Amino acid sequence: MAETKTELLTLSIFKRNPIALLILGICSALAVTGQMATALVMSVCVTVVVAFSSLTISIVRFQIPNSVRIGIQITVIATLVILVDQILKAYVFELSKQLSIYVGLIITNCIVMGRAEGFAMSNPPVASFLDGIGNGLGYSVILLTVSFIRELFGSGSLFGYEVMELTTNGGWYVRNGFLVLPASAFFIIAMIIWAIRSIDTAQQEKE
Amino acid sequence: MVNITAAKPFYSVLILAFVCSALVAGAAVGLRPRQEANRQLDRQKNILYAAGLYQENTPVQELFANIETRIVDLESGKFVTDEAIKPDSYNQRRAAFTEQFGRDIPKESDVARIGRQEKYSLVYLVNTDGKLSQIILPVRGKGLWSTLYAYVALDADLTTIRGVSFYEHGETPGLGGEVENRRWQDGWEGKQLYKDDTLALKVIKGSADSTSPEAPYQIDGLSGATLTSIGVSGLLEFWFGDHGFKPFLAQLKNKDNANG
Repeated sequence: MAETKTELLTLSIFKRNPIALLILGICSALAVTGQMATALVMSVCVTVVVAFSSLTISIVRFQIPNSVRIGIQITVIATLVILVDQILKAYVFELSKQLSIYVGLIITNCIVMGRAEGFAMSNPPVASFLDGIGNGLGYSVILLTVSFIRELFGSGSLFGYEVMELTTNGGWYVRNGFLVLPASAFFIIAMIIWAIRSIDTAQQEKE
Repeated sequence: MVNITAAKPFYSVLILAFVCSALVAGAAVGLRPRQEANRQLDRQKNILYAAGLYQENTPVQELFANIETRIVDLESGKFVTDEAIKPDSYNQRRAAFTEQFGRDIPKESDVARIGRQEKYSLVYLVNTDGKLSQIILPVRGKGLWSTLYAYVALDADLTTIRGVSFYEHGETPGLGGEVENRRWQDGWEGKQLYKDDTLALKVIKGSADSTSPEAPYQIDGLSGATLTSIGVSGLLEFWFGDHGFKPFLAQLKNKDNANG
């Protein structure tokens, strides 16, 4: 491997962020970024699932027949996701109620499949695990940034604590109704991508 | 690459499927008691909230001790004895989909759009000083995306709402999801369900004008969530109509008259 372990962890946060550079995992980034608390739990869940699915697939990569590899990857990922969902329901019930179907949708998060197929199938377990964590962190950074903007200006609060009192609660801040809607995340993510690619011009696509 | 024989993919998938299903089944069975306990606690908390009895720092079980759980036959409105159906083990949500305890709702009267309904419902009675003071009823109905679940607490006069608690839904957070907003739920207190024995309470567009004579029968609409608001009106219409708790409330009223 050309990359050191620290590089595996950190490069995915900015240099090749799965959302900003690879444009993967957008669907869930829209759905759960209305509130920071849900975004945080989702980030942790995705990081755990990516890391462990990459680890598992990397360990058994010599046993996986090429013809059925995608099916096997999906089965491993789905199993992990169900385990995470069950554990959330048993230990943090309130949050699992808010995340509801989105945890199940981690299965379809392209980042997880992407890392399993693109990295773990051809790299040793430790490197795959770190790569998974790195990508999870990259995903988390974007998710938390988007949810920070959406919750602050859409609901006037952060992590559920009121920062700006809304007019609906008798305060002064008129909420930005657009930011409450999932589609607003498209615009925020687009602006983040624009910012990242202006700073790091190597990420710009050639004409 | 892997040495491929025709049977190899078959075996790999088979082994994987076994391992994965064992893990999933193990987690589901192992964690079920905890999950059930959580769900139960959450339901009780919401019942207490609807009744206005919830206190932040007192254990839910302790507060719930004052509440009597009974089962009601929705069609006749009569209580079912605890021996016939045990309230503790009666799973109301599953009951609607069983042959024995559920029934299809005729299309034209299914205003809550729930398709099937249970024949028996749990009801929660709060007694203060030996007299019935509140009744908490479980209701549900379709909003925009999802089924909304709520508890409605009624005063002993059987028409004044004491409180409401929406505890499960999948509506858009910030819009339809505002049914969870305690401030909005607080607005339900004191509203009247029935006007001259017909159901009058509904969610309107905009906010209710407190000076108008209609105000006790109007609940503020949720802005940006017209379809969820319509759903809430629908579930009120259904559950406090003839297919819902109306026969039960009528029975209670008769009993009161007979005693008084």
